[in-house]
Amino acid sequence: MVDRRHTSTHYEKELKELKDGLLYLGGLAENAIKNALQALVERNSELARMVIADDAAIDQLDSENEDRCIRILALRQPAARDLRFIATAIKINGHLERIGDMAVNIAEKVLLLNEEPQLKPYVDIPRMAEITQKMIRQSLDSLIREDVDLADQVRREDENVDNLNEQVFRELLTFMIQDPRTIRTALLIMQIAKNLERISDHAEGIADMVIYLVTGKSVRHNDSLEPKGRMA
Amino acid sequence: MKNNSIIDVVDVDFYYGTFQALTDITMNFEKNEVTALIGPSGCGKSTLLRLLNRMNDLIDGSRLVGQVIFEDRNIYAADVDPVEVRRRIGMVFQKPNPFPKSIFDNITYGPKLHGVRKKRDLEDLVEASLRQAVLWEEVKDILNRSAMTLSGGQQQRLCIARALAMKPDVVLMDEPTSALDPISTAKIEELIDELKENYTIIIVTHNMQQAARVSGKTGFFYLGRLIEFNSTEKIFTNPDEKQTEDYITGRFG
Repeated sequence: MVDRRHTSTHYEKELKELKDGLLYLGGLAENAIKNALQALVERNSELARMVIADDAAIDQLDSENEDRCIRILALRQPAARDLRFIATAIKINGHLERIGDMAVNIAEKVLLLNEEPQLKPYVDIPRMAEITQKMIRQSLDSLIREDVDLADQVRREDENVDNLNEQVFRELLTFMIQDPRTIRTALLIMQIAKNLERISDHAEGIADMVIYLVTGKSVRHNDSLEPKGRMA
Repeated sequence: MKNNSIIDVVDVDFYYGTFQALTDITMNFEKNEVTALIGPSGCGKSTLLRLLNRMNDLIDGSRLVGQVIFEDRNIYAADVDPVEVRRRIGMVFQKPNPFPKSIFDNITYGPKLHGVRKKRDLEDLVEASLRQAVLWEEVKDILNRSAMTLSGGQQQRLCIARALAMKPDVVLMDEPTSALDPISTAKIEELIDELKENYTIIIVTHNMQQAARVSGKTGFFYLGRLIEFNSTEKIFTNPDEKQTEDYITGRFG
């Protein structure tokens, strides 16, 4: 992040603590998703309950990171890159916290699914999960390395997850039409797929903010990396 | 150059004796805009400010190469009267420096020298100037009291009123709030914002947040060169130059 050191070492330290806090939160969120999906595939209710319980730590860290941002804004009046970093941190922090919530949503559905017999072996959902987790990891890597190309790669990946989500939806619809007794289970799986799709949106949101951090250009509502230079 | 530019600095080098304080400065100041000049001590920003109304003439051995165009004329041309330049381009300094006279006389001192004599005209001028400097309500009943009895913030607004009484087009401000408390500072900043309706303001400040608050354009100077000149929003969110970035984020030196 900081290739030149601040004249104020305290400020430097505060920025570093914030970045570390973000990356730590990223690790927790990533882990929560991983565990929630493992709980799904392995029908492991114990693990699902752990995901739900561990969310408190994510919420706690979310608040701490936000406090750090507010404190730096109030006390340091950051400018230029530092300002963009704080704006980025506030948004990425929010994305990560939401990813944690999505993991909890998935874990709650897993607990309900485990009360029913398995509808079918999962094929597309683990693929969605794999892509989604990769997106989170790469979006955080792009933050660490300030790598715009990697961030852009994450943004393009989002479409694959959207397509898989639709595929899952169509397949489950067929099950439900054929046998209405599967509706409850199928709906739970659909919700899980939807949660994964939303997680990938959050990963994309993180990638968008990395591009803003590095280039100063907002790409959030554009499809391509060629941004409409708002501040040119 | 843009049409709404009021002062154009063209290829200016400036020397104090053999020391070159400014190198190759070209920039324009827009009418009814607040332009802030920032940079570390010794970067040349105050030198630039002072040469815009030929205040540097008063320093022995100083020398300017290049042109400063104000209303289509080079103010350094041989036939230009520096006193007239300073009337059109006024200045407010770092420390409030009222004359040890009454509030009224502080305002009328310059205009009287320039031939305004009628009592009525002078009274109108005093009220108008003090109103523009947002000081009128505070001093209208004590106009004959010594200016030295005013608070620092009031004295500085009096100095601004005194500059405005000369009906200048441009007001140069050299760190006008660095000796003032935060409330007085906020009042001056508010005043600057109002003044740009009728005047062009160029302000040197060490307080970067002040530059961010009051100006529309900002020039960053370093070692006598203009490193970056951009809209203030651009400078403070996403500057083009690494050196600007390092300075405004506090990573300098």
